[in-house]
Amino acid sequence: MKKILLVFLFFSAIMMHSQEYFPTNAGIKTTKNTTVAFTNATIYVTPSQLIKKGTLLVKNGKVIEVGRRVKIPNGVKTIDLSGKSIYPSFIEVYSNFGVKRPTPTPNRSRLTQYESNRKGYYWNDHIRPETNAFVSFNYDTKKAMALLKAGFGVVNTHQADGIARGTGVLVALNSNSTDAYRIIDTKSGQYFSLNKSSMSRQVYPNSFMGKTALLRQVFIDADWYSKGTTTNKDISLEAINANKGLSQIFDTGGNNLNAIRMDKVGDENGIQFSFVGSGHEYENIQEIKSMNATMIVPVNFRKAYDVSNPYLANQLELNDMRRWNQEPSNLAVLAKNNVNFTITTHSLKSLAGFQKNIQKAIRYGLSETKALEALTTIPAKLLGKSSKIGSLQKGSYANFLITSGPIFETSTKIYENWVQGTKHVINDMHAIDVSGTYKLSYNNQSLDLTISGKRATLKKGDKKLKAKYSFKDNWVQITLNNQNDGSKFTRFVGLLNSKMNAFSGKVIDKAGNESTWTAIKTNDAKKKASKKKKKTKSATPFVVPVSYPNVGYGFTSAPKQQDILFKNATVWTSEREGVLKNTDVLLKDGKIAKIGKNLRARGAKVIDATGKHLTAGIIDEHTHIALSSSNEVGHNSVAEVTMEDAINPADMNIYRNLAGGVTSAQLLHGSANPIGGRSAIIKLKWGETADNMVYTNTPKFIKFALGENVKQSRSTTSTRFPQTRMGVEQVYMDYFQRAKEYDAKKKSGKPYRKDLEMEVLAEILNKERFITCHSYVQSEINMLMKVAERFNFNINTFTHILEGYKVADKMKKHGVGGSTFSDWWAYKYEVNDAIPFNAAIMHNQGITVAINSDDREMSRRLNQEAAKTIKYGGMTEEAAWNMVTINPAKLLHLDDRVGSIKVGKDADVVLWTGHPMSIYTKAETTIIEGKVYFDLSQDLAKRKAIKEERSTLMNMMLNEKNNGGKVQAPKKNVKRVLHCDTVNTELN
Amino acid sequence: MKKQLIYGLLFFLVIGNSFAQQTPAPKQTKVYTIKGATAHLGNGEVIENSVIMFANGKITFVGHANMNTAMQQGIIINATGKHVYPGFIAANSTLGLGEVDAVKASLDVQEVGSMNPHIRSIIAYNAESKVVESMRPNGVFMGQITPRGGRISGTSTIVQFDAWNWEDATIKVDDGIHMNWPGSITYGRWWLGEDPSAKINPNYVKTIRSLEEYIANAKTYLNGNKTPKNLEFEAIEELLNGRKKLFVHTHGEREIIDAINFANKFNFKLVIVGGDEAYKITDVLVKNNVPVILQRAHRIPNGDDSDYDFSYKLAKLLIDKGVTVAVGMNGQMERMNTRNLPFYVGTYAAHGIDKEEALKMITSNSAKILGIDDKVGTIAVGKDATLFISEGDALDMRGNIISDAFIQGRKISLETHQTKLWKRYATKYKHQK
Repeated sequence: MKKILLVFLFFSAIMMHSQEYFPTNAGIKTTKNTTVAFTNATIYVTPSQLIKKGTLLVKNGKVIEVGRRVKIPNGVKTIDLSGKSIYPSFIEVYSNFGVKRPTPTPNRSRLTQYESNRKGYYWNDHIRPETNAFVSFNYDTKKAMALLKAGFGVVNTHQADGIARGTGVLVALNSNSTDAYRIIDTKSGQYFSLNKSSMSRQVYPNSFMGKTALLRQVFIDADWYSKGTTTNKDISLEAINANKGLSQIFDTGGNNLNAIRMDKVGDENGIQFSFVGSGHEYENIQEIKSMNATMIVPVNFRKAYDVSNPYLANQLELNDMRRWNQEPSNLAVLAKNNVNFTITTHSLKSLAGFQKNIQKAIRYGLSETKALEALTTIPAKLLGKSSKIGSLQKGSYANFLITSGPIFETSTKIYENWVQGTKHVINDMHAIDVSGTYKLSYNNQSLDLTISGKRATLKKGDKKLKAKYSFKDNWVQITLNNQNDGSKFTRFVGLLNSKMNAFSGKVIDKAGNESTWTAIKTNDAKKKASKKKKKTKSATPFVVPVSYPNVGYGFTSAPKQQDILFKNATVWTSEREGVLKNTDVLLKDGKIAKIGKNLRARGAKVIDATGKHLTAGIIDEHTHIALSSSNEVGHNSVAEVTMEDAINPADMNIYRNLAGGVTSAQLLHGSANPIGGRSAIIKLKWGETADNMVYTNTPKFIKFALGENVKQSRSTTSTRFPQTRMGVEQVYMDYFQRAKEYDAKKKSGKPYRKDLEMEVLAEILNKERFITCHSYVQSEINMLMKVAERFNFNINTFTHILEGYKVADKMKKHGVGGSTFSDWWAYKYEVNDAIPFNAAIMHNQGITVAINSDDREMSRRLNQEAAKTIKYGGMTEEAAWNMVTINPAKLLHLDDRVGSIKVGKDADVVLWTGHPMSIYTKAETTIIEGKVYFDLSQDLAKRKAIKEERSTLMNMMLNEKNNGGKVQAPKKNVKRVLHCDTVNTELN
Repeated sequence: MKKQLIYGLLFFLVIGNSFAQQTPAPKQTKVYTIKGATAHLGNGEVIENSVIMFANGKITFVGHANMNTAMQQGIIINATGKHVYPGFIAANSTLGLGEVDAVKASLDVQEVGSMNPHIRSIIAYNAESKVVESMRPNGVFMGQITPRGGRISGTSTIVQFDAWNWEDATIKVDDGIHMNWPGSITYGRWWLGEDPSAKINPNYVKTIRSLEEYIANAKTYLNGNKTPKNLEFEAIEELLNGRKKLFVHTHGEREIIDAINFANKFNFKLVIVGGDEAYKITDVLVKNNVPVILQRAHRIPNGDDSDYDFSYKLAKLLIDKGVTVAVGMNGQMERMNTRNLPFYVGTYAAHGIDKEEALKMITSNSAKILGIDDKVGTIAVGKDATLFISEGDALDMRGNIISDAFIQGRKISLETHQTKLWKRYATKYKHQK
């Protein structure tokens, strides 16, 4: 029976919408174009345009008139909506509704795949802009119903696979129609993400930097391709060009930093992306604001963590606890900062909680108008469909909701969701509330029936009886357990007589005897006190303040630049002056202003440094802290990637390095490739944005690497060239030769394809970019110097350089510096001959030597590592100290700005409790450009604050649990250490 | 100045090379007297202007210079302005069990299987390891060589670092059995896409019960006729009779409490290795007389909310409450970094404890915990003359410059693979000038 009904519905649907020029063989051809008028409703034409007691006139699935005094033509079906409201239905901008992920053909090879699978497309399989989601679209009736229930009328969907994902489909949730009508647009936008396609195992790109660089190159290539100078066919680039005019939607995987990074890529290429957001945009609100992008924001507020077990609770970090507390305020913060945003259900596990979460956001300060805009007009605008959807203007699709009252109020019910003029009933608006107390009589018996909502209780006198009750479509049904024998039943079935406020019908007893029954209402249901409602409205939720970064030890207010006068310090100048005793140093306007005795400065903060030592801030030439990702392993040369695309300003290691007196660092690419990525050279300005950490006019550096890592010696799956040191040399010869030819062509003025990798290599040839090269054994060190000499440039720095002592004379002759470990060795075969005397020997040969860390732990004690050169090789104390200050500054071409205490240099200084290289000394205050970023006393205050905030939040979460709120298990943020060797890792 | 350096270097080249690399020093025949040094005895005491004498490998006199001027005899080393320390002891170490981390063929650290009490580290100990010899110029002369892996990793042995072979090297054979305690909390393997939430380990208690059953079975076997022979249970015997100690490797508060209850049940002599959360239950540790072997101070604290100096001040948190603490080595690059043992202790000292108290963590405390305090760990009459002379404070990088070193009275070479390369290339550049 049900099946027949479905078939019937199907046919009727087709008939209703038979396309006008299509032949029909199912019956006679009829056209239905009934006009419907909705009258006396409160109509939100747009979120801000309200018509009270208005009329909405709908024909052929579109709004033909809306207003207060609409003339209703003859022959129109009228629906009276007195006391009810009409809202434009919601638009879901980001979804994969009806589009399944593609299934890859299984590939059993265990070898790493470097090349693409396809020909005629872009060289990278993860770039799939030619994908047309409509081809694989299948309307999902079940999912559609869930969306309709949540208030949505239109969904924008796409194929969620790959980095460039192709075009999407805009669908009206008109379940009774066909794709012929409900598809609004078959190319509704172009999609991007940072996730690779499941259709290919091509390894490039495996890092944030690689993905960013790849996208940059794609846009450049698309432009080049459009000029018609290419001989080959590239369907992908053609698609990118064809999709240019569409809205560009980027899913950055719930990560603010990625959105900020990708917005830059967009800016470089004249593209404004809309970003699928994180839900915690408030953590980086200034940067998000300045992107001027529309944010597609999820409302997947996390459940409280279950902290009842203290051992488990200890695993939680403040950032996660804060996010639980702060996330509901996200939309309000976005609105306050005038960020354009839409709301998405994407990433919600179930749509059931969607309305509740919107209501929660409103309780946390989001205005109802903004909320409605974010679900209607703004998504419509984002999709370029403002005239068709998102409002109830004349000519729009008749996509609207009929509600019992204001849409975001808890007590409000959505009755109907009309899409393209087709009704979907969510809650029956004609349903009758039969709540109340009834006297039920049958067979000379009398029971008390109390109905409240969907439930009912039966009593005989004071005794509660076991019974089941249901009421639907005016029919009531009661099954009553027999009092003496629980396995026997009496059944009631009956119809409501709403005028009489009574039920009557048939009763069948346990023996099967039938008779009649009636139930007559004696009392209406007690109205629940409206007190509760008021109470929830007035309570303003407590939100803990956001800090920068929003983790423990973040700054709630940014440190201010101060003029500081250190009195009577032992000053390690790292200059020819050496160590000055009983000396004053004045910091002014972020610079070192004066060095001398008995200095005075009006307005400066005076710090008594008697018995203490003042030095320049430590500079780490080689580190991987403050990064989201460290190694792009997909190619043997990745000059196109830059670590500036992967800076993570919220990495706690920044703070911990400050506590070790570090003020500047070169964030290097890993060592997976002979030609690695470009460096980010930063100051450790904790709390600042990634961009503000990078040096202004930053020196240009790139990481090269030699030896076991680039040969992928320990990989059992790699087939990548090179696998020997012989091959490594040829990689360089090949790339530099090509770069030379590229540069010559570029300079000749002839048209050329801009190649990001070649651009960078040409900079090296033109001596504009410097190489710091990861190196171990003498043969390869020698080799790279020879390669450079052949191409008429110099290697700037060998980093690690553990056998530098064997070729120090050659290094000196070449003019290269060395940045080495103090005492690491024996961790792999190529460091068998690494010796702790290396730094001293190289120094004695006249090489500029630095001691670096390549390790987030060692970097916070570089002062001690410098001290080891005194033990191993007998360096003087001053020469040892230079190895972590002025020498790395020289190697990084920053010695005119930092690295020593010299008038005019940046005020990047550290006050130590004692001799800076004594094991018993601590960094007391670390200052960058006159701002105090770390201070022992500040640190103690922060510890106390963290303890207090943790307990406050834990109590709040326990309270939530005790009041029946849902909770989740505490999570542990596992932090992976990034070294040179770390591959395949992306951190947030 | 430069000249001096070159002369010094030359001197080193001649004298230094007269000791063959790696060749263990012969038995002490002549009496040695070290005078004038600041002696750090390892038990917390310091003697300024001291006299230390040793003969036949044993210390015969320790005192102030003005106590025995007449008695000074044998080879007299004037160490005025210098410092003397007892040789440092590395607890929980894999020295000699592996040479190059990334070369699997060079590693004998971890046996397969879960219950390996019968696996003995001393069998694989390479007395001629280049990494082991590199300990000596930093004052690290002894180590508890410990197998890794499994639930019961195996049996450790304590050795000294100047020997022809593993038999020569031993100070105390089969001193303890090492057990990796289960964790009460598990985490989803996020790298496999699992939910990274922390959860109560459903198998935690079960694992403890099975350990208890294992020991109970061993006991039953040992009380019976012992046929057929069970090598695993045989290895447990000395644990049950108290000759071996039980070293439980664990960090958590709950885990430590459970390990103590487990040890008490069988009357095991317990040592906690690791113990990051031991500071939360110092009263329990003191009451049960359980010492702790901490890890190196140079570690990143666990979790963002931790104090930046958490791993630096861990020793203070325990010592202030009366717990006996030593420092051991495990984790990343543990073998080559063991030579930094004195600097880990220096860092612990920098963060709240007295230097001499800190020194105990690699001398007298370690000896006590490992059960070798009758022979080594302090500079005291009757003990092995295992000690060294340092130019300065040996817990500080700048002061840890060792001129003379003795193991069991034998004057050992301070040459290594590394000093050899240093000298070879220093000579190369000298000839270029």
